[in-house]
Amino acid sequence: MKEQASSKKSDRQPMPEQSAEVRKRNFDEVPLGYSPEAAKAEASRCLQCKKPGCIEGCPVSVDIPAFIKLIAEGEFTKSIRKIWEKNSLPAVCGRVCPQELQCEGQCVVGKKGAPVAIGNLERFVADYERMNGTGEVPPRQKSKGKKVAVVGSGPSGLTVAGDLILKGYEVTIFEAFHRPGGVLVYGIPQFRLPKEIVFSEVAFLEKQGCTLNCNSVVGRTVTIEELFEEGYQAIFIGVGAGLPKFLNVPGENLIGILSANEYLTRANLMKAYRFPEYDTPIPKGKNVVVLGAGNVAMDSARTAMRLGADSVKIVYRRSRDEMPARAAEIHHAEEEGIEFFLLTNPTRFIGNEKGRVVGMECLKMELGEPDSSGRRRPIAVKGSEFQMECDLAVVAVGAGANPLLTKSTDGLALNKWGYIVADPETGKTSKKGVWAGGDIVTGSATVILAMGAGRKAADSIDKYLTWGW
Amino acid sequence: MFKIVHREEMAGGTVILNEIEAPAIARKAKPGQFVIVKANETGERIPLTMADTNTEKGTITIIYMVVGKSTSLFKTLKVGEGYLDVIGPLGCATHIEKLGKVICVGGGTGIAVLYPITRGLKQAGNEVVSIVGARSKDLLILEEKMRNVSDEFHVCTDDGSYGHKGFVTDVMKQVLSTQKIDLVVGIGPVPMMKFVSKITKEFNVKTLVSLNPIMIDGTGMCGGCRVTVGNETKFACVDGPEFDGHQVDFDELTKRLQAYSEEEKSCWQNYMCQIQDV
Ligand SMILES: Cc1cc2nc3c(=O)[nH]c(=O)nc-3n(C[C@H](O)[C@H](O)[C@H](O)COP(=O)(O)OP(=O)(O)OC[C@H]3O[C@@H](n4cnc5c(N)ncnc54)[C@H](O)[C@@H]3O)c2cc1C
Ligand SMILES: Cc1cc2nc3c(=O)[nH]c(=O)nc-3n(C[C@H](O)[C@H](O)[C@H](O)COP(=O)(O)OP(=O)(O)OC[C@H]3O[C@@H](n4cnc5c(N)ncnc54)[C@H](O)[C@@H]3O)c2cc1C
Ligand code: SF4
Ligand code: SF4
Ligand code: FES
Repeated sequence: MKEQASSKKSDRQPMPEQSAEVRKRNFDEVPLGYSPEAAKAEASRCLQCKKPGCIEGCPVSVDIPAFIKLIAEGEFTKSIRKIWEKNSLPAVCGRVCPQELQCEGQCVVGKKGAPVAIGNLERFVADYERMNGTGEVPPRQKSKGKKVAVVGSGPSGLTVAGDLILKGYEVTIFEAFHRPGGVLVYGIPQFRLPKEIVFSEVAFLEKQGCTLNCNSVVGRTVTIEELFEEGYQAIFIGVGAGLPKFLNVPGENLIGILSANEYLTRANLMKAYRFPEYDTPIPKGKNVVVLGAGNVAMDSARTAMRLGADSVKIVYRRSRDEMPARAAEIHHAEEEGIEFFLLTNPTRFIGNEKGRVVGMECLKMELGEPDSSGRRRPIAVKGSEFQMECDLAVVAVGAGANPLLTKSTDGLALNKWGYIVADPETGKTSKKGVWAGGDIVTGSATVILAMGAGRKAADSIDKYLTWGW
Repeated sequence: MFKIVHREEMAGGTVILNEIEAPAIARKAKPGQFVIVKANETGERIPLTMADTNTEKGTITIIYMVVGKSTSLFKTLKVGEGYLDVIGPLGCATHIEKLGKVICVGGGTGIAVLYPITRGLKQAGNEVVSIVGARSKDLLILEEKMRNVSDEFHVCTDDGSYGHKGFVTDVMKQVLSTQKIDLVVGIGPVPMMKFVSKITKEFNVKTLVSLNPIMIDGTGMCGGCRVTVGNETKFACVDGPEFDGHQVDFDELTKRLQAYSEEEKSCWQNYMCQIQDV
């Protein structure tokens, strides 16, 4: 552990972590969390700005100076209540928000040195409450006797459910998997977001009276129309972007080539990292390549390292500046010995007679003019083919809209990529009584944006059930 | 929990039938669809076709062959106990219509998958020729049920202990050479489906097969179940599990089914040692 108490008051309190050498072979959480003293010291770095940039950087406008002030005063219980006004999953957001682009990216202290560690502080008070809090259920408005269905239990769905429960609605969540939590449970690994945190959030919702129906694939087990017939007056769809993208290069169906969705679902949801205690197996590669450079790719690469790989390579066709992962994840991955092959594009996979992958052929790339996304387009360098050995390849090049639900629902307008069209202010879709939000509307985005969409939809559903469409 | 209300052992205890309380699924299920079941907290998600449903009782029936760790564990479940999770109905239903004369050919536990489809085709007014096979007489399942929904019925055993000695494909070839057939539905082990498709192709008769790749979610989110059909990658859990047999790359499927053979073996051996210790 490399925690050192900061000497100067102005220095950012370091987050104590498991050392890279140890953690790269275990699934325990990497950052260990602040002590109350460190949290107070860090909180005292906040200047309590009159016009705080940090709040503008936060997609759900958490009152950051206010909650930080309460930490500095040692009022942890009051502090968490301040955060809850805007954000119902702070233990999650404190861990996974790309703070450098959001709250911390706009913090004035960051102009000269390291910004206030807003994410670490948010995480601290949330963990403090979970461990030491009263578990007291917030006051609930009188029952309105109206039923709302929430489809999907990712961050967007959980937010809608939490808000509407408090407003006095009867809320039922329908989740396709056998466990709630969406990407927080099947995608983001234990070493970054312990599953107990998500389950305790869900248990809290249930304690408040929310009904949870797992194993319910909406579109198959029950349809949107049938939910209306069963008396649900409003339905929120937050089914995420659950369609894996592949590279569409030759050899991609060889054994040992998995989508990140499959690889991470095996590892996280099915707990394959504890095979054979848990029955689900996971391929253990010696030479692993991961295609892509977002959070999903970092999570896959770090999982492979923890499962005992000799070498793990991130292969990405653009350059370091374009890597979409959180800065902290890239840093952690590098510390753990993950190698980065940038400006490299796979062109085909090579298999053996048993149909297992043994290698990958790549081309070197260089950056050309900016493309429609504003990022410089990678162009292949002629004659630069080379081969890379691998016995496991994880494809983490993005996700699309899963058509299972949308195809089974009439009257739901979709855009050309199959995502649901919803009003950005209210979440209303083209179908009366149906709202949507999160990744199924925006495409793969972030936890906090999905939660923000959930909050807006909950407000709009409340208005609708009070005043009409 | 999804309670088992009825249980039968078939084919000398190598095949098990469970009737399970799952009213929401029973209400919606159609022939050709499957469920994913998970026995307990540490269990694997295993896809199994619904061999039957009863909407009044709110039950579904699964029939599985005991081949590895999970199915051995399922075998230990008694009436009154049950599965922690049952998810479905998944996959596309068989497109059932009146075509004329059809052959339904099944092998091993494939017959369990074939039965509801055969019944559907019969109810839709088709003339049904069924050909079922097993390694030997005592391994044959659902004979009576299949016979009851067929106009013409053939049995084959590899060892000749019952019916025709030889493969289902031999009998199928005879039927195809003597009668005009509008559709063949072939469900069984991968090699059987491969040969059925090869022969029907020679006769130019449309053929449906039901594929059983390894699955996780069953909703199209992992891509683990991908199969190549007509040179395109398909997800069997949402695009299938039934496909045009003439387009399927069976060799790829055979290989992909071996993806975890090492792990499966060790897991099963572990488990069998454990239960023998008790
Ligand atoms: C590996 C990985 C790492 C990530 N890391 C980060 C990070 O560090 N920071 C960050 O901010 N974001 C991260 N993200 C993105 C973030 O997790 C998502 O943007 C967010 O979870 C989207 O929330 P959602 O509510 O829209 O849906 P999801 O979290 O995708 O949840 C959707 C839920 O709906 C269920 N569902 C789907 N179809 C149906 C149906 N037909 N019926 C019933 N239920 C259904 C699914 O099973 C799932 O549980 C990451 C994503 C992944 C995959
Ligand atoms: C859509 C679908 C419907 C199915 N319906 C039925 C059914 O009605 N009855 C039935 O008996 N089986 C059915 N299967 C196959 C069944 O899922 C497997 O037999 C089961 O997963 C084996 O689990 P296990 O842990 O007992 O064995 P494992 O230890 O997983 O495997 C043991 C052996 O079975 C092979 N195997 C592994 N997975 C599969 C698989 N998915 N399909 C075929 N062989 C496999 C392995 O290669 C190995 O040789 C179906 C599969 C699918 C995808
Ligand atoms: S929710 Fe995310 S962006 Fe907002 S303050 Fe918390 S960590 Fe920062
Ligand atoms: S911008 Fe930084 S210093 Fe100012 S209030 Fe926000 S966190 Fe505090
Ligand atoms: S089982 Fe995951 S996509 Fe088919």
